[in-house]
Amino acid sequence: MMLAQSGVEIRDRSDASCVADNGFCPRWIADNLDRYADPLLQHVYLTLVSVAIGFAVAAALALLAHRRRWLVGPIVNVTGILYTIPSVAAFFLLLPLTGRGNTTAIVALVAYTLLILFRNMIDGLDGVPEESRDAGRGMGLTRRQLLWRVEVPLALPAIMTGLRVAMTTTVGLAALAFFAGAGGLGAEINADLAFKSNVVVASALCLLLAAALDGAILLAQRALTPWSRAA
Amino acid sequence: MSALASILSDFGEALEFIFTERESRAGGSEIGGTQLLGLLADHLALSAVALAIGIAVAVPLGIWLGHTGRGTFLAVGIANVGRAVPSIALIALFFAFLGTGFVNVALALALLAIPPILANAYVGIRLVEPDTVDAARGMGMTGPQIVRRVELPLALPLVVGGIRTSAVNVVATAAIAPLAGVSSLGDPIIAFGVYGESGRLGASIVVAAVAVATEVTFGLAQRLADPLPSTRRTVPA
Amino acid sequence: MPAALELQNVTKQYPGAGGAPAVADLSLRVEPGETCVLVGPSGSGKTTAMRMVNRMVDMTSGDILIDGRSVMRSDPAELRRHIGYVIQNVGLFPHRTALQNIGTVPQLLGWPRERIVARARELADLVGLDPALADRYPGQMSGGQRQRVGVARALAADPPLMLMDEPFGALDPITRDHLQGEFERLKERVSTTIVFVTHDIDEAIRLGDRIAILREGGGLAQYATPGELLLHPADAFVEEFVGADRALKRLALMQVSDCELEPVGAVPAGSAAMRDDTSLRDALAALLSDPDGRLPIVDAEGRPIGVLALETVHAKLRVEAGAPSPG
Repeated sequence: MMLAQSGVEIRDRSDASCVADNGFCPRWIADNLDRYADPLLQHVYLTLVSVAIGFAVAAALALLAHRRRWLVGPIVNVTGILYTIPSVAAFFLLLPLTGRGNTTAIVALVAYTLLILFRNMIDGLDGVPEESRDAGRGMGLTRRQLLWRVEVPLALPAIMTGLRVAMTTTVGLAALAFFAGAGGLGAEINADLAFKSNVVVASALCLLLAAALDGAILLAQRALTPWSRAA
Repeated sequence: MSALASILSDFGEALEFIFTERESRAGGSEIGGTQLLGLLADHLALSAVALAIGIAVAVPLGIWLGHTGRGTFLAVGIANVGRAVPSIALIALFFAFLGTGFVNVALALALLAIPPILANAYVGIRLVEPDTVDAARGMGMTGPQIVRRVELPLALPLVVGGIRTSAVNVVATAAIAPLAGVSSLGDPIIAFGVYGESGRLGASIVVAAVAVATEVTFGLAQRLADPLPSTRRTVPA
Repeated sequence: MPAALELQNVTKQYPGAGGAPAVADLSLRVEPGETCVLVGPSGSGKTTAMRMVNRMVDMTSGDILIDGRSVMRSDPAELRRHIGYVIQNVGLFPHRTALQNIGTVPQLLGWPRERIVARARELADLVGLDPALADRYPGQMSGGQRQRVGVARALAADPPLMLMDEPFGALDPITRDHLQGEFERLKERVSTTIVFVTHDIDEAIRLGDRIAILREGGGLAQYATPGELLLHPADAFVEEFVGADRALKRLALMQVSDCELEPVGAVPAGSAAMRDDTSLRDALAALLSDPDGRLPIVDAEGRPIGVLALETVHAKLRVEAGAPSPG
């Protein structure tokens, strides 16, 4: 099988017995940490680009559906189906259309973010207190002003929550992007599935990346919505 | 035009793979068609066992945490971390530390199934109106009676919702079980050398279909689990 | 400059409401600077009537004129920027501080920043908002503080007309009483025409220069000053609505100084003196618990000026009501 073949390549036999036993070898990890740098960067790239595109698409859909309520159902249904299709399957289903590489991976990852982001945006906009809307209209805000000065700011906490969920989910799914030939940390895990050191380091990097991105959004949210801490 | 034609022919061959057997690329064994039924059975068995373990652990734990009001941090924290753990990392960790085998992969998938069920069970119980629980206590119900007769029925749609999320996750992730040496519908996806292009695409179509079917089935179950429509029915005099 | 407001045969018919209009053929005129209170039971269309003035609700027929100009001729958003608006739940923007909330309309009107801030501070001071709260968010304020900010926000651009929909309705009785008192004082200091909606007849009598009583179905039952309303209710509906204690309510509108006092000297020892700007209602309460039914009255500096007798108050009510006074 392929894991048996590739397993040999990444071994550096300096720490012979531990590595040969597929063990958890701190020295091997310390010596070989740099081999994970490029896959990590690729993982970051896939995640950020996918979430950014997904956010833009979901925002456009949410703004559209905010005024035309009947669109909410169909959009949730379609993005829900996209969300249901397993990513491994999605990568291969896209292969004949977009070929191996980043494009396929990003298209599939974007598709997964849409449901989460869209639903949180709509929930956030729906959660704006009616009296704030009424007061805004009563003071002479136009529809556009009401949207950008009242509704969107008040929906921000929900939108940011959706962004956090989408971001961590995408970090996890991007670990499968190697199936589409787009590399990432998943490729390293897959390269030597039986070697404990390799699996632990690559998995830990995935978790750290998710935690770091999650923390970054959380900080941004605190800065953007000072009132939500006050209440 | 030729690009479109090649795409169509790719999918055509994939469909042919799903419905008719042929000899494997290396020769010797039959692949595709009815051979997929065996893989489907493996896939569903693996998913069912994993989901059952997940439910057995997460539902009681979630209900207990929700009922006592303890462990908000635990339930929410597990859900958050659970989302960030890549499914392949979980499978790889179990494989690397415990070795190959049906049970090990099932355990890895069960671990994947726990966070959504736990979080939903916890939230479902917490969302029951405090007044409702207070009334039940006021009428003399004991703790277990409150859970069984009031909290659980009201939380059931959310609990089933969590199981639905996990079921779809598990069915999807079972597709990479062959990486750890356990047979599933993912075989043609992982063992490219044996099944070839059409096998990989065909299996992807089947995996997607199984996931959608799972989603639809559990969606129906979730609707049936809602206690409110039945109580809204008029009681015969 | 306060605006004159005129409603001409205004009718609002909601589609599919079974034919009954929410507001039916309502006509009334509010003079510049006056406070007109719309009062009535729920379903009398008082809020709908008010919301048609700034076109939050569009009327089915009739017309509304502000200083002789139909509101239908203005762009709704532009119209609203020149009409103050306060609602029961205040509707402060949770994501903006007290000062930012107050500055909303000036900002929409494109005032320079410094002028907005200066104006916001001035208004915060006018409505008696603690300066320490200026940079707080609504979530950090009490109901009474929020309502003060709401009133300041409505006054920010010095609107010639202000609409207030049960602004004190959600407050506890003590805070409400306090804010009503401040509102009375505020009215003296800002010159603006006010339309005030409430279901509370006591609030209407206390705050209104004129009161429009609406009956269910949105028709006008009576439009008069508080005194007139209490003295001569137009029909059984108004009589019931103002309540069986309307004599007491009338007393609340009068002061001790409106009565003729008996000469100083007949003051029984031990009775606490009462100032002559006390309402007759409070004076009556004190008189009823006095064994002789007599109270010493002093002026604002505390000098005795006479004695108020229980009979005098009674006679005063009868004179006001037009009945011949005894003796």
